[in-house]
Order: sequence, then C-alpha cells, then structure tokens
Amino acid sequence: MKPKSRWLAEEYAEATRALPERDVPFETLSGIPVEPVYTHEDLEGFDPERDLGYPGSFPYTRGVRASMYRGRLWTMRMFAGFGTAEQTNERFKKLLAAGQTGLSTAFDLPTLMGYDSDHPMALGEVGKCGVAVSSLADMEVLFDGIDPERVTTSMTINSPANAIWAMYLAMAERRGADLSKVGGTIQNDILKEFIAQKEYIFPPEPSVRLVIDTFEWGPKHAPRFNFVSVSGYHIREAGATAAQELAFTLADGIHYVRKALERGLDIDEFAPRISFFFNVHNDFFEEIAKFRAARRIWARQMRDVFGAKDPRSWMLRTHAQTAGVSLTAQQPLVNVARVAIQALAAVLGGTQSLHTDSFDEALALPTEEAATLALRTQQVIAHETGVTNTVDPLAGSYYLESLTNEMERRALEYFERIDELGGVEAAIEEGFFAREIGDASWKYQREVDEKRRIVVGVNEYVQEFPEVPIQLVDPSVVEVQKERLARVRRERDQAKAQAALAELEAAAKEGRNTMPAFMACAHAYCTLGEQMDVLRKVFGVYQEPVLI
Amino acid sequence: MDRKIRVLIAKPGLDGHDRGAKVIARALRDAGMEVVYTGLRQTAEMIVSAAVQEDVDAVGLSVLSGAHMHYFRQVVEGLRQKGADDVLVFGGGIVPDQDLPELESLGVGRIFGPGTSTEEVVAYVREAVAQRAAQR
Repeated sequence: MKPKSRWLAEEYAEATRALPERDVPFETLSGIPVEPVYTHEDLEGFDPERDLGYPGSFPYTRGVRASMYRGRLWTMRMFAGFGTAEQTNERFKKLLAAGQTGLSTAFDLPTLMGYDSDHPMALGEVGKCGVAVSSLADMEVLFDGIDPERVTTSMTINSPANAIWAMYLAMAERRGADLSKVGGTIQNDILKEFIAQKEYIFPPEPSVRLVIDTFEWGPKHAPRFNFVSVSGYHIREAGATAAQELAFTLADGIHYVRKALERGLDIDEFAPRISFFFNVHNDFFEEIAKFRAARRIWARQMRDVFGAKDPRSWMLRTHAQTAGVSLTAQQPLVNVARVAIQALAAVLGGTQSLHTDSFDEALALPTEEAATLALRTQQVIAHETGVTNTVDPLAGSYYLESLTNEMERRALEYFERIDELGGVEAAIEEGFFAREIGDASWKYQREVDEKRRIVVGVNEYVQEFPEVPIQLVDPSVVEVQKERLARVRRERDQAKAQAALAELEAAAKEGRNTMPAFMACAHAYCTLGEQMDVLRKVFGVYQEPVLI
Repeated sequence: MDRKIRVLIAKPGLDGHDRGAKVIARALRDAGMEVVYTGLRQTAEMIVSAAVQEDVDAVGLSVLSGAHMHYFRQVVEGLRQKGADDVLVFGGGIVPDQDLPELESLGVGRIFGPGTSTEEVVAYVREAVAQRAAQR
C-alpha cells in the first residue's frame, strides 16, 4: 500500500480535478481540520493496549463496564418540571408509565437562585422553566407516590444544592426509606455556573466549599447518591466548542478533587461518586470522540496524578443530553431528526444515562406528546438499531481514534493554560472562560450568518411549516405556591425552625460541614429562601464582571 | 445627524442564559452602534434607569425563562413614566407566538426568536430607530 501522502497527491488529486471538493469547511464543530481519509498513518504511536484497553478496564476509553448495554441499557432519564409540584408529579408518573427508568427534576429560576416563590425577585418566574420548590412541603408533593428506594432521581440544582438535596433526603426519611438505598444525582456543579450558566449566588470560594461539604457528608450518609454531576452541558450551550466543553468540564472535576484532598478527604471514598454530564451536539464523530477522550483523561488523572487506588475512582460515569441549542424554532419537526442522531452519538459514546430533547423546545417547555416522542427515540435506538449488541463498535476506526487523540490533546493544552492562570477559580475571576466561550459562540454565529455553516430550515431550505402546539404554564401556579408557603410558615414548629437556621449560620461561619444543619433545616420546614438568606449574610453574593 | 445609535442590551430577571444577549451586543457594536450591556439579574427599574441615564435610542431585552410578559410590560411602563417612551423596546429569546399580539399592543417592537441572523437584528434596529427619530 502506498503512503497516504502519495495517494493524496495522486488518486485524490486526480479525483478532485475531475470533480472539485465542495466549497464548505471540512472541519469539526470545534474547528479540528478533517482530512479526506484516515489510515493507520494517522495513528502513529497509538498503542491499543495503553490507549484503549478492553471495555470496563483502564483507561476506560471503550466504556466503564465490560458488558455495557448488553448487560443493562442506559437509564432513560427525561428532564421534566414546570408549574406546581402537583403538575410535575403528574408528568413524572406519566413518564414512568411510558417506560422511563429514572427521574430528572427541573426547578424554576427562583428555586435555582435561592428565592421562595413569594419573593419580589420571583415575580413572573414561578413555575416557568421548572417546578417551584420552596420547602419540604413542596418536595413531599413532588414525589408523592414515587418510591425513592426504587426510582433514582436526578436534581438539576446548583447554588442551593445542599438545601434541596437535604429536602429530598428528608422526604425519603419521612416515608421510612433507608438512606443507604436511596440513589440519585444532584448536579451541584457550581464552577460551570460561574463559567457558563450564571446561576450562582455566593462568590466562588464559599460556593466550592459547600460542594465539598457534600463530598465529605455524602459517602457516609447517602452512599448511593452522586453528590456532583460535573457538567459540560451548559458550557456547550453557552457557545463553547466540544473541545472546550471537554477541557473545562474535566478541569472543573479536577478542581473539586483538589479541594476535597485539601480538606483531607480520602480520594477513594469520594471519587467513585463523582459523575459527569455532557452535551451531545450535531458533529457525530466529534461527539463520540469527546466521550471516549473524557473517560481516558479522567482515568489517567485519577490514577496517575492523584493516586486513586480503587478502579471505581478512575471511571468517568456520565449523563448526556442532546443539544438544546441545536434545536431550531423554524420547522420544529426537523428537530426529531437532529435529536435522534445526537442520541445515537451519545449511545455510541457509551453514556450511562440520556435525556433526549423534545422537538418543540426552541419554542417553549415540551408538551407531553413531544416528550414522549423524544423518549421513544431512545427506545428505538435501544431496541431496533442493533447498536447495543456489541460494546464500543467504532473502536479502531482510524478517524474516530485520531479524533479521540486530538480531543485529548486539546484538553490537556487547556489544562496547562488554566493552571498558568492560577487554576479554575482564578480563571473565572479573570474572565478567561467567558472570553473563550464568547469568542467561540461569536465565530459560530458568523459562520451561520454568512452561510458557511448550513442550518437546515434556518439559513437554507427555508419554508413555512405548520405550527406545533406548545405547552403553556398556568399563571395560577404562583397562587398555589404562595398559599402552601404561607401554610408552612404558619404551621411549623417555629422554635425548631429558628434553631435550625441559627445552627446553619453557625456552621457556615465556623467552617463546619453544613450538611447536618441543612438536614435539620429541611426537617424543620425552613424555606429555601430562609436558608439561602442566612448564607447570603455569611458569604455575601457574587457579581461577575460584565464582558461582551 | 450622524450621532451613533445607542442601544442598551439587558438581561432582566433571574435568567442567566446570556449567549444571545452577548452575540447581539457584539453584532450591534460591530455594525457601528454604541452598545451598553447591563450584565445579569437586572430589575425593570434598573433597566429603565440605565436606559434614561445612557440616553439610548433602543433597549433590547433578552428573556429565555418564560418571564417575558412581566418584564416587557414593566420596562415599557417604566420608560413611559420617565418620559422616555420614544425609546424603542425590542427583544429576543423564547417567546411563544401567542404572546406576540399582547406585546405589540404594549408598544414593544420586534421579538427575535432562535435562528435569527444578526444582520436582521442590525437592520431592524437601524430602521426602527430612524423611523422613530423622523416621527419626533
């Protein structure tokens, strides 16, 4: 076989003389140049034993379990939440009845920002982009009739994560559940909030401390819970490329590990419960490469840099969600195709759980029909396509393996730059991530505006499409919420509530672990706003530098 | 004549999704306008007072959280109370079609949804601001 360079100079050149290449950028969404063909020459120095191994063994490039989907399919976990706890509870039950295997809770913005539903800052936002949870009373309604020992629940909550987690666990305890059997995930990744989604309350340092409180408390008290889901999803949605998403997310994970070690925690006690959450976008192979590179980088960091001994500490387990930002409001049904292809990439990338977006999400929250169709998309992949029959079927592809190597290389390069800036917290305060992401999203927008990138139905193949029905949120939600909140404040044991809040303040001030105090607050029906106000007083609030 | 168009881009409320706001701010600036970006978590009062203080021709609100009706109404009314109802209020984000007639009746200009090209927004702001200036 002739060398690739000769083939390119001869056969390929001849072919493109006869029929020139199309005038489009041959590069991935991250801007990695893509060659006409890949051969063994692109994998020089590649050692399958060192770089791939078998599935379920170091460095886990091929997946964290030996049998992967032959043993158990990924968890089909649809993110849901809107209106009142009653309405979301009803949606949860319908999703479970439709064959979903885990729950995932979306909270409304006041809850995410630590305000009760009746706070002035909550006006107009209660129940709009998630469910309102202001106290244990709401949590009890939200999970009514759902067994916390049987169904694992993921909660997308960050700055107030400790308080919301405590409410969930308190709810489970009151139902007589054994906390050692209650599983799920709290997102609890504050670093990506500073980097991308901006739902922070306190400054970075005390915010990270609250996260590390869960690292310390979780393994002893709720060992089946993932107390953090280190998230690239939001970084990507904010405009980052796949390579940036990979790099920044793993840098965040490493930052938490360092902070936990600084507190004197044993790596093999907390690391097995660190989980991840990645976006899965349109560039099919790049996305698959991203998942594979993520596992390899994490395994090497954990074993070789941090000295973790337990293989469970080396494994990067992840949730994935199709890219909301890739959905178009134009011709919304076309999104069904995008979501299916993205979901397939997540599965070929070896995800542990998956949310598929509904086709109407560029318009509003999903309707029940749209959410069911998105779930069915996963079921088609799982049961009809055959991709689950063998583990990591794309391993050994010259293209995919070179892309995996390239993603890893770019991530390590970013690690160095972040370290030079003094670490993740320093880089946040310096505006590094905001600039990187802002530039990437600007570049992408220019490409779409200038039609160098085609988005079907948006800048090409434009056509009127029939309107689709959308989900509306009943404005009476806020009244139901306010009424329940007033009742909670009126009927609870006031002395117990005040004592719990005082203890939370003391723990925060004295640098003790705050989780026991959050548990006491939850059981005493302290509201979320009350608890966050205590911490606002102790920690102060953060305001980011304004950059365009 | 020849005064640069001044635009305030604002993120009202609790929503932290600022990708669109920043891209639009950058596009308007590149098109030669003077752009002030408020940053996050602005109340309607803060936005109105920034608009008056900066003497802007247009205010662009970016809302993806579903709280758009509340904030557009408050900003439009606030501007009116300050005698600044000649300021163009337009917006972008996730706004369902059925809310558009009510926003229009409030006097809100165009609302740009996902997939809008930045050229379209730039052209609109230029034209709508010129139209308002001619009416004055």
